[in-house]
Amino acid sequence: MRLRDRLGPYLYIVPALIIVLSFRTIPIISSFLASFTEYDIGGFHGFVGFGNYARMLSDGRFWQSVLNTVFFVLGVVPASIILPLLLAILLRGRLAGKTVYRTIYFLPVVTSAVAISVVWSWLFNPEAGPINRMLGLFGIEPLLWLREPTGVVEMLLGPLGVHPPGILAGPSLALVALMIVSIWKSIGYNTVLFLAGLENIPNTYYEASRLDGAGWWGTFRHITWPLLSPTTYYVLIMSTIVSFQTFALVYVMTPPPGGGPLGTTNVIVFYLFRKAFDRFDIGYASAISVFLFAVLLSLTLLQRRLAGRRVHY
Amino acid sequence: MSARTATLKAGTHVLLAMGGVIMLLPFLWMVGTSLEQGGFANYAEAWSKVPFGRYFLNTLLVTVLTVGGSLVTTALAAYSFGTMRYPGRDTLFLLFLSTMMVPQPVYLAPSYVILSKLGWIDTYMALIVPWTANVFSIFLLRQHFRTIPRSLYEAAILDGCSRFKFLWKVALPLSKSVIVTIILFNVIGSWNSFMWPLVVTHSEELRVLQVGLSYFNQEQTTNYQLLMAASTFCTMPLLLLFVAAQKRIVSSYARSGIK
Repeated sequence: MRLRDRLGPYLYIVPALIIVLSFRTIPIISSFLASFTEYDIGGFHGFVGFGNYARMLSDGRFWQSVLNTVFFVLGVVPASIILPLLLAILLRGRLAGKTVYRTIYFLPVVTSAVAISVVWSWLFNPEAGPINRMLGLFGIEPLLWLREPTGVVEMLLGPLGVHPPGILAGPSLALVALMIVSIWKSIGYNTVLFLAGLENIPNTYYEASRLDGAGWWGTFRHITWPLLSPTTYYVLIMSTIVSFQTFALVYVMTPPPGGGPLGTTNVIVFYLFRKAFDRFDIGYASAISVFLFAVLLSLTLLQRRLAGRRVHY
Repeated sequence: MSARTATLKAGTHVLLAMGGVIMLLPFLWMVGTSLEQGGFANYAEAWSKVPFGRYFLNTLLVTVLTVGGSLVTTALAAYSFGTMRYPGRDTLFLLFLSTMMVPQPVYLAPSYVILSKLGWIDTYMALIVPWTANVFSIFLLRQHFRTIPRSLYEAAILDGCSRFKFLWKVALPLSKSVIVTIILFNVIGSWNSFMWPLVVTHSEELRVLQVGLSYFNQEQTTNYQLLMAASTFCTMPLLLLFVAAQKRIVSSYARSGIK
């Protein structure tokens, strides 16, 4: 009886523990170990030290995927903070039709990324797609969208005779199209987070600020923004982590094998997926996984350090 | 003053409505295009071109079993972490939490190797078993169990109530709202999951809806009426669930962000 009493608490954990150990902890540890091995379709070929990491350094396609991912994150994250923040401010307080607006903005969040990608592939279709037809009404020539490898900066400045070299040409229009879809899909979730944050700010602050004669901007600058900072900080970190892992949009909208026109939508997780499951190069794919994890971890820590002092809890 | 307030109100609505139209347009175009040239016949054609019925059943089966299974493991683990005191509890809980920090793509390749060692690749086991525990759900429910007064638990145990009976008769009934949140999150996550089923299954009979739709998209590259019809019936169940339970779902997501 006494023994049963003492073992009891552990027994309750066992079912979850078996699953977590077998399908989370062990794979995670294996990922680190496998990154130091040669492991491919032919099986395990032994430890290769930092061989896979050295290979990453000289793998042009890998660095292309890093650059594309950085473009993607830098394009998506700021918009996924600014637009939802604006919407949340508009939706704050008592407003007729608030629920309707919130529902509409939230629809893409619960819709599958695959279905969304299929629909947007049609919207972006260069020949008959609705977006080109709409642009046509304004006299804009049809764009190739998901099939356009040219950088957007180059596309804007090219006609003026300016041809920015290398990275400065910017992300391809295909990648920008993916960014648009990603922003559209995440707006609702971030808006809801900001709304929850706003509703935690006591109304007395706003009344005091009105009595002091503060304008719209002053109120935002001195009350909303500082008091909302924990939410903003959370949205910043989550959006960064999520957009670093974009996969379904790339996979469905710019299908394999390439990763978009001239590989310009080839992002890290897509590349990792291809190495692991098309080539079955598990060792190398694991090294890329570890790189991805290291980047995400250090970004989170960095953001914590940088923002930590400015977040008011 | 009141004229100014009215203008502000009107401006707010104009902005929100414009944003709303942009959010809705892709859905409207999805349904609109699906009905072009043939109307509802497009739906029948898309449905019969590939075994979407089978994909639906697969998704349904996987969703029901993973949500049900993880509910059981979650309730038990959260109960232990949230109400009992014993050596090693916090270390074990940290072990669980630490897995939340690592995104799925990071351990996808080794997971595949483990599943193939188990002989589970291309089976329902691979689609279901690894998702019968969910650390985030355990975390949510544990937080809630901690709010149940300890004296209540101790008094019940002293009165001869067994631990399990307390979980079943007291703790779980007190947590209905959190459990609904957990179910909604897991249903949405399971229904929409794509990368995992894409990797661990190969045969057509085991395709879930999202994987089936993605292959359908690759096969019917330009047949947009059929593609939009398929997208519509693949998204409809969740969209209906969302509209029916939108208040619940939105507030669940909103709370998920508050640490």
